[in-house]
Amino acid sequence: MLLIRCPYCEETLPEMEFTYAGEAHIVRPENPSDMSDEAWRDFLFIRSNVKGPHFERWRHSHGCARFFNAVRDTVSDRFLTTYKAGEPRPDLASLLSAAGQSESEK
Amino acid sequence: MTNFRVPGRGRVQHGKPVTFTFDSKTFRGLEGDTVASALLANGVHLMGRSFKYHRPRGPVSAGSEEPNALVGTRRGKGQFEPNTRATVQEIWNGLQVNSQNKYPSLKFDIGAVNDRAYMLFSAGFYYKTFMWPKSFWDKVYEPFIRSAAGLGVSPSEPDPDHYASRYLHTDVLVVGAGPAGLAAARSAASAGLRVTLVDENAEAGGTLLSEPQVEINGQPAWTWLASELAELEKLGVRIMTRTTAIGYYHQNMVGLCQKLTDHLKTPDAATPRERLWRVRAGQVILAQGALEKPLVFDGNDRPGVMLAGAAQTYLNRYGVRVGSRAVVATSHDSAWYAAFDLAEAGTFVEAIVDTRQEPRSDLVTEAKRRGITVLAGYTVTGTSGRLRVSSVRVNKVQNGKVLEAETLTCDCLLMCGGWTPSLHLFSHTKGSLQWDPEAQTFLPDRKTEDCQIAGAGRGLWGIEAALTDGRDMGAACAKALGKSPAVASVSVGNDRPGTGVSHTELPTDLNPGKARAFVDYQNDVTAKDLRLAVREGMRSIEHVKRYTTNGMATDQGKMSNINGLNIAADALGKPQPQVGLTTFRPPYTPTTFGALAGYHRGDHFEVTRKTPIDGWAEAHGAVFEPVSQWRRAWYFPKPGEDMEEAVSRECRATRASLGIFDASTLGKIEVVGPDAVEFMNRMYTNPWTKLAPGRTRYGLLLGDDGFIRDDGVIGRLTNDRFHITTTTGGAARVLNMMEDYLQTEWPDLKVWLTSTTEQWSTIALNGPNARNLLEPFVEGLDLSDEAFPHMSIAECTVAGFPSRLFRVSFTGELGFEVNVPARYGRALWEKLFEAGQKYDICPYGTETMHVLRAEKGYIIVGQDTDGTVTPYDAGQGWAVGKTKPDFVGKRGLARPDLAAEGRKQLVGLLTKDGKTKLEEGAQIVFDPNQPIPMKMVGHVTSSYHSVAAGRPIAMALVEGGYSRMGETVYIPMPFGTVEATITGTVFYDPEGERLKL
Ligand SMILES: [Zn+2]
Repeated sequence: MLLIRCPYCEETLPEMEFTYAGEAHIVRPENPSDMSDEAWRDFLFIRSNVKGPHFERWRHSHGCARFFNAVRDTVSDRFLTTYKAGEPRPDLASLLSAAGQSESEK
Repeated sequence: MTNFRVPGRGRVQHGKPVTFTFDSKTFRGLEGDTVASALLANGVHLMGRSFKYHRPRGPVSAGSEEPNALVGTRRGKGQFEPNTRATVQEIWNGLQVNSQNKYPSLKFDIGAVNDRAYMLFSAGFYYKTFMWPKSFWDKVYEPFIRSAAGLGVSPSEPDPDHYASRYLHTDVLVVGAGPAGLAAARSAASAGLRVTLVDENAEAGGTLLSEPQVEINGQPAWTWLASELAELEKLGVRIMTRTTAIGYYHQNMVGLCQKLTDHLKTPDAATPRERLWRVRAGQVILAQGALEKPLVFDGNDRPGVMLAGAAQTYLNRYGVRVGSRAVVATSHDSAWYAAFDLAEAGTFVEAIVDTRQEPRSDLVTEAKRRGITVLAGYTVTGTSGRLRVSSVRVNKVQNGKVLEAETLTCDCLLMCGGWTPSLHLFSHTKGSLQWDPEAQTFLPDRKTEDCQIAGAGRGLWGIEAALTDGRDMGAACAKALGKSPAVASVSVGNDRPGTGVSHTELPTDLNPGKARAFVDYQNDVTAKDLRLAVREGMRSIEHVKRYTTNGMATDQGKMSNINGLNIAADALGKPQPQVGLTTFRPPYTPTTFGALAGYHRGDHFEVTRKTPIDGWAEAHGAVFEPVSQWRRAWYFPKPGEDMEEAVSRECRATRASLGIFDASTLGKIEVVGPDAVEFMNRMYTNPWTKLAPGRTRYGLLLGDDGFIRDDGVIGRLTNDRFHITTTTGGAARVLNMMEDYLQTEWPDLKVWLTSTTEQWSTIALNGPNARNLLEPFVEGLDLSDEAFPHMSIAECTVAGFPSRLFRVSFTGELGFEVNVPARYGRALWEKLFEAGQKYDICPYGTETMHVLRAEKGYIIVGQDTDGTVTPYDAGQGWAVGKTKPDFVGKRGLARPDLAAEGRKQLVGLLTKDGKTKLEEGAQIVFDPNQPIPMKMVGHVTSSYHSVAAGRPIAMALVEGGYSRMGETVYIPMPFGTVEATITGTVFYDPEGERLKL
């Protein structure tokens, strides 16, 4: 069972309290009616499905009930960071180098 | 019967005899014995038959890695457990033990004919033998596989035991209470950390229990052990025995299964049988030691052939000699000491056979001193004896050539092919392993978790090395947690350091193709099977594993993996690290479903949500059905009525006069805020701006893909307040979806959402007398049709209770839904029911609700829709606010496939004979005479017998249904094809006159 830090509660809590909510930073367009069929299809269905660091959403369902974003490595299942909804994508390179550092300290 | 017990020896209680039965025969053991040690003390080695060939087998080990001695244990009614390791199960007076995989008896077993037909059962036999003819599959192959498959017999009665689960947070978790684990716990605890020390055995001590000759810091091993355990207790270390670390999960969570009662004759009824622990540790120390490997040679599975280390454990821990005449065959120094211990206890050691040309000289000298023959540079080429080994065939090997055979007489053959570090838990973490060419085994390499491996688990050998390493690893963990531990020096006397070499199958002068040299005992996999798999094209170790089933038994190849790898690597002509190891997965040892289920069984398997009116329904004989997690009254049968009669009566009574229905489970969400109407406009298909306070509207919720997600009647209480109702099952999902849009897409909207499902108790009154009943109870509201027409909402009091009153109908009759705070629900229900007697008020359940709504063509989301249905498909296009610039699903509805012709559309179906009720879910075709497989054009979504229509009615999704009104469709069923006519979906009061009373 993973431990996840809720950026709103500022606490690291068991996975059970949280619900996965799909890929992050997919913004619903302002005017969907203006979009082409292809663009709308991509918005609805096309996801990056990465092997490695993945920007994704979680909800602290059994806590503060807030949606937030996380970067999780889909290979190791390790969370690199979590941050509030609406905040910009964190810089992946610095996240990875920070994670690498703590890895080598072990 | 010979007694093999050595008086005064071991940790068993010599003054406390215990009797138990094995295959209905009574045996005597001692307190502290396992089933295996007690049977061995009675001279019994034959404890089971193997899985595939039904070969006679005895215990090969003395621990949880045991592949052969699997037995069934019975502790009482419903307390039967198959595949228990006889080497682990402790005995108590009256324990019943049975052998497995035999018929009619263990000594004479018909299934053993498989052994003679072994050519049929070689690697991949499932794939080859059962290929053809196809017609044989059902009648011959499958029954054969089913009866032959599976180890032991499943228990057939409900399990009366109970199981517990707990969480534990600890600074340091030490797995394994052998010398390394004990020393690690001591270091960490001395540094002031909270330490938990677990061991799967009945007592702590590990190898020390089998090596009493060792002296630690000047004390005999067992004296040191007792004082060390007392010291750990004093330091607050939580020591848990009979506790197996079954899995190592992310972020240092380790699952433990603690056995609490299996070793007791009369456990306290309040004590759970097992307890599952979820431990979150700051640091984990894996001190699980190493597992001894067998040597691979023809006949290495005969009862009486066992690991030398196991024989040493039986002698030193249980006071049992495993035979009176032993041959020791080894490629490692450790077995020499086992031979010396046995010789000292009175077993005649016929010879020590070492595969190495030059064994360690001090060992040879010691053997000679004891008068033991040493055969160095030898191989083992066979054994004989029907149900017990009686002789061993050995040959000198010179310059790679196997010379002529010599035969040694014995009643036990003790073997050792080296030791494998136990790294199963480490592998669970995806920690990587590195091949150590010197030790000929894999050792831990890169870690992914905050853990340390101590002692034999990382290839260190001997008690001193284990104690020192454990101490240092414990200190390393303490440092990692910010403590500065003090480390004491350790001195060890009479230690038994050693090394060895590793082999594939041993060389032989006989035809290796005929050798029954077992690698995996539990799955009956031989060296020949592995080589055959490689010859037949298996290149990856994962394929070799699956083709031969090597390592796939319940022991996960604890003994067989490295031998299997050595042989496969040799056959492939590749070094071992290039071949690689298969993955270990939790659980480390077989774990009961009871332990995993814990408290979640029976009534506690899932929560049961009950409405405030549930108790009344129960008292009035309701039959219940589960709806999502709710328990809902399904129908209220009167004495002698079946379901159909009860439902018909409830339908008739409601339409004729008055029905009362508990609708409390309806999902409810309160939407509040200055932007509430804007939020509603964006979420629902319908327009909300012009809905006046005091009015309600049917709302339809789509996903952005354009498909129906939910529906419900929504009331506007004030300009900034809506009372949403959702489907019973959809409430949580809908709130989640709304919160998602609100929090992440439209955080600027000033709207607050609150789940109010449980806050309101909802009573629906339906029927021409609904107003007549309700009116006298209502204060502050004119209930007349003019003042409070259909689709109205108001706040008022009903029977003195504050209420939100809806005029709404899901039956087609004049209807009201009274919402009162949940705590008043039952009281209001009882008042209404009493006053309703003069209108012959009839309580009805969900089935009648379904029939009444179907007669009116009202859909149920999730029954008449399935996640691929648009509002237009479901005949709800009228609810779509086409002029709104946007709402969730609007753009989705314009997707080409959703706007295309020929989609499945919701229509009514009337069977032509007017009698047959269609089956919900039945598939529909246009042409019943087409060849199979037929083209299916839709399915029946709802089907009931309708009292109002006087015939069965149904709804169905049918391709192009709207343009096929009056056409005939066919529903092929097992009893024959049913013909039905496509109609509209409203079967009763199409003008809606009855709503307007
Ligand atoms: Zn939170």
